[in-house]
Amino acid sequence: MLIHDTALVFGRYARQTLRSRFQLLFGVLMPLMYLLFFGPLLTGLPLGARGDSWQVLVPGLLLQLGLFGASFAGFAIIIEKQMGVVERMRVTPVGRLPLLLGRVLRDAALFVFQAVLLVLAAVAMGLRAPLGGILIGFGFVAVLTVALASLSYALALRVPKPQEFGPAVNAVSMPSMLLSGLMLPMALAPAWLDALSHLMPFRYLVDAVRAAYVGDYTGPAMLYGVLVAAGFAALAVTVGTRVFREAGA
Amino acid sequence: MSSLIHTAGLAHTFRTRRGPVEAVRGIDLTVGAGEILGLLGPNGAGKTTTLRMLTTLLPPTGGTATVAGCDLVGDPAGVRSRIGYVAQSGGVDLSVSVREELVTQARLYRLSRTEAADRAAELARELDLTELLDRPCAALSGGQRRRLDIAMGLTHRPRVLFLDEPTTGLDPASRAGLWRLVRRLRDTHGTTVFLTTHYLDEADELSDRLVVVDRGAVVAEGAPAALKERYAGSPRASLQDTFLAITGRGPAPADQAPVAV
Ligand SMILES: Nc1ncnc2c1ncn2[C@@H]1O[C@H](COP(=O)(O)OP(=O)(O)OP(=O)(O)O)[C@@H](O)[C@H]1O
Ligand SMILES: [Mg+2]
Repeated sequence: MLIHDTALVFGRYARQTLRSRFQLLFGVLMPLMYLLFFGPLLTGLPLGARGDSWQVLVPGLLLQLGLFGASFAGFAIIIEKQMGVVERMRVTPVGRLPLLLGRVLRDAALFVFQAVLLVLAAVAMGLRAPLGGILIGFGFVAVLTVALASLSYALALRVPKPQEFGPAVNAVSMPSMLLSGLMLPMALAPAWLDALSHLMPFRYLVDAVRAAYVGDYTGPAMLYGVLVAAGFAALAVTVGTRVFREAGA
Repeated sequence: MSSLIHTAGLAHTFRTRRGPVEAVRGIDLTVGAGEILGLLGPNGAGKTTTLRMLTTLLPPTGGTATVAGCDLVGDPAGVRSRIGYVAQSGGVDLSVSVREELVTQARLYRLSRTEAADRAAELARELDLTELLDRPCAALSGGQRRRLDIAMGLTHRPRVLFLDEPTTGLDPASRAGLWRLVRRLRDTHGTTVFLTTHYLDEADELSDRLVVVDRGAVVAEGAPAALKERYAGSPRASLQDTFLAITGRGPAPADQAPVAV
């Protein structure tokens, strides 16, 4: 039942996404611009990390793609809620977990697809990284998207006024990006900033993907990354499912 | 077991920034199998809130209820698989086609792919939507969209059907069609129907029994003729006068001054 229901909900939203080419491609534009206009600045700079500048930058851009894309996933459900679609689905016997999972897995699929495009572009510009590491990177994008999209749907269903959703998401996602060293590794940061960034779950994910991109699959960075990603996703899915159970209005 | 809906002290208080809103203040109701119950009441009386509780969408803040033999709070999934609900403001996605909505709804109720396609076609025939199947829902008129909402609520032939102002926006022919459909569901499938409406002719025509709520509480209950007799003095009085007498919102006939223009 869980798989059947999740597949059904996933199918519905996947079809909607496939109908919108715009949505499929638009999300890659921002990271692509970073790649084109920011990446070349870094070549030759000592980034204090292992690997060349592409191996440092591309993992950050991948997670940035997931961070910004998935945290705004909730916008779509605000519109659905206003049309009554959320309540209509909540009256059906479909489980609350599939109602959430079907949606967030669609988001994960969308962002992994965009991540593939981004990595292909990066390879064309000079990225060299082991295939295993690249695949692990996609795995982290998927888990991050599942977690953030779940929280985003939960927030979107709970905000009293739809216009409060955007600012609320920005207020969380901007500092998350800056504090996790997505753009430049935190190895360059003063001690206080580095310490602060360890409070951000994303920090561990970026470090893990950067480690994967230099072929280091068994070090502490990977261990912490996997633990934090799994814990964060489990927590977020629990919160999201609870909101679908109670629904915020 | 012949009562399909039973509530005791069912209540919901919304907590808002401006303080609590007691939308439903302890409703006791019993609806028998195969009964058509009309829930009437002025705007804001608590009809939709009651329906949202009985359909598991809104947790009660007080009281208990069983619907189709399942406890509302203890077994919401059991309730959901046995009921259909047409919400006051509908629930179709405007960007999706009529056919896709009907099929998805049937699949959400666990019909197989082929059953779902057949059921979608059948519902489209019943609610006169066949010509519109391949349009996006956004390209339907208000009444056409309402017919689609109703079709979606009937998808799995529920034993209990909740209709919140189902005929708002329907033309006279569609309205008469819906009345026939509701009666047929009851007569041939024994469906229990719980509906709200502001059209008193509709309530009169369709309901076996009426429940009038006002400010979150039941203020009158009985067969249409019995209510008319009790509150308007004659079983042949209009339901309009009866309703106004019950809710105390209308002037008594003697007070009606000629309108100065
Ligand atoms: N989400 C909510 N938050 C706060 N108050 C609410 C909410 N929903 C409804 N109410 C209030 O609860 C009361 C009952 O509303 P409800 O929608 O049940 O009325 P109704 O009988 O269906 O009215 P109508 O005939 O206009 O549809 C109203 O005072 C309404 O303002
Ligand atoms: Mg209402």
